[in-house]
Amino acid sequence: MKLSKILKNGFLVLLASFVLTACATQKKTTGQLQGDVYTGSDSVEYLASGVQDRVFFATNETVLTTASRETLRKQAAWLRKNSKISIVLEGHADERGTREYNLALGERRANSAKDYLMTYGISSDRISILSYGKERPVDSGSNPLAWSKNRRSVSVKAN
Amino acid sequence: MLFRYLVIGLILLPLKAFALIEVNITRGNLNPLPVAVSPLSIDEKSKKNLKKILEKENLGEEISAVVENNLRQSGLFNPLNKNAFLQKADIANLKPRFEDWNLIKAQALITGKVTFLDEKLRVEFRLWDVLAGKEMMALAFTTVPKNWRRVGHIITDKVYERLTGEKGYFDTRIIYVSEKGPKTNRIKKLAIMDQDGFNNKFLTLGNELVLTPRFSPTNQMVTYLSYFRNLPRVYLLDIETGLQEVVGDFPGMTFAPRFSPDGKKIIMSFAQDGNSDIYTMDLENRIVERITNHPSIDTSPSYSPDGKYITFNSDRSGYQQIYVMNSDGKKTKRISFGNGLYGTPVWSPRGDLIAFTKLHKGKFYIGVMRTDGTGERLLTENFYQEAPSWSPNGRVLIFYRETKTNSKGEGFSAKLWSIDLTGYNEKMVETKTDASDPSWSSLLTN
Repeated sequence: MKLSKILKNGFLVLLASFVLTACATQKKTTGQLQGDVYTGSDSVEYLASGVQDRVFFATNETVLTTASRETLRKQAAWLRKNSKISIVLEGHADERGTREYNLALGERRANSAKDYLMTYGISSDRISILSYGKERPVDSGSNPLAWSKNRRSVSVKAN
Repeated sequence: MLFRYLVIGLILLPLKAFALIEVNITRGNLNPLPVAVSPLSIDEKSKKNLKKILEKENLGEEISAVVENNLRQSGLFNPLNKNAFLQKADIANLKPRFEDWNLIKAQALITGKVTFLDEKLRVEFRLWDVLAGKEMMALAFTTVPKNWRRVGHIITDKVYERLTGEKGYFDTRIIYVSEKGPKTNRIKKLAIMDQDGFNNKFLTLGNELVLTPRFSPTNQMVTYLSYFRNLPRVYLLDIETGLQEVVGDFPGMTFAPRFSPDGKKIIMSFAQDGNSDIYTMDLENRIVERITNHPSIDTSPSYSPDGKYITFNSDRSGYQQIYVMNSDGKKTKRISFGNGLYGTPVWSPRGDLIAFTKLHKGKFYIGVMRTDGTGERLLTENFYQEAPSWSPNGRVLIFYRETKTNSKGEGFSAKLWSIDLTGYNEKMVETKTDASDPSWSSLLTN
């Protein structure tokens, strides 16, 4: 009886530590992914000081997340202050789709960002669209995190 | 220059025998036919003169090697080891000793003769039925010496047709995108090569991104997507002259181009305001017609061989699926209903099947289905592969495959692969660089 109790307790301790490690590793990934949308800012460049240049999308999606809308509002505010700047919105897809469909998807993602900037007062004359489909990934990995970083629309100064 | 230059005189020599051997190609390559490809005989003088021009020691052996390699690659034939051949090439071509060829289990025998006369290369060949002891076919070709590999391909086409009852696909070319550099910044060039990987040539320099080249029905022109000046547009390239021109005057990205079967139109997608629809442009009068008008992504259009229908993929159902419509855009009908996503439909040159890429549970498949969507068959499964293109006889598909990178993002490669319609004989198509987006030409000579 005693032996089995000891074993049982030992097992529970083991189980607990296993759960803790599992949590730790899971936290690491969920820290950068919400659903399958990338939430990190480590690889993000800046359109201007404090203004992120890119927004991320879920697989096969073109809908802007809450975080993306916040980023775009900051971009719009900055663009309103710098009214002579034009931008190119570069739309991208991950490698898990056919090349031609991904070109269309990249175009749709960039336009989704464009539409949002326009609702915040940025004229469409200042925004051009360039889809790269899956041709220009930022992360060459073949894993969900890398793909999430590649599904993006990037605002690039054109002048 | 590539295609028009060729002068091939096709002279039919007397032919009497019946087709006694037959290769069953509907069941795949489980029992490839044992065939002996005897080196083509060549006289000393021709040998010496041709060596001077082509720097090939023995052109007879070189041409038979082209034939042998083609037959082996098809998966339907098993060319026997030359070391076992008992009869000399010149005598075999006059009158084979069938017992000798029977002894090494050859069922068919190919013999021939090469001569060089009046600056012309003349090649004759004969196909023999070893078991019946009869000549099945005899043909002769005359051409310029530098076309010697093509002679080998044409001989293979004739043999293939005689033994299988279907047109061959050996005297053809592949246009593709040659790739190099890191995955995050690939340098891509248009390239063209013979179906067996020889005579590779680059058609663009790599200064701008190029994608999805496709041949015109006559193989003179190529339509493709170029990012020239960062404006992704559909272009036309004349292979002979190297002249390039943009197709149409669209205020946004045009992509996914293909020729109509009569070569008079380009069909493609045009993306504007987040919506991609299918358009055609008539190459003679430059009239642009809108074919689809739907808020979803409509792309990857491909005509049926009679030009009456178009297959394409659309996400109008919520996910990427395959549709068929009349060539005027009417009567659109979804045809893919299996699990997963379907893309890149391409109509078989025979008209009866549509090849596609399928994504299901993280795997990519190349498959075929009937044009009404029934009879789906998946031919191959991999981490990533897409964009099948048909051989002109509709027997073989060529596509590209990309490897999964490791945790550091290393180990990426893109290669061309081919597979028989039966799902047998899957193999990599050798290219000097990484390669993607292959498109198969039609037969260069009919």
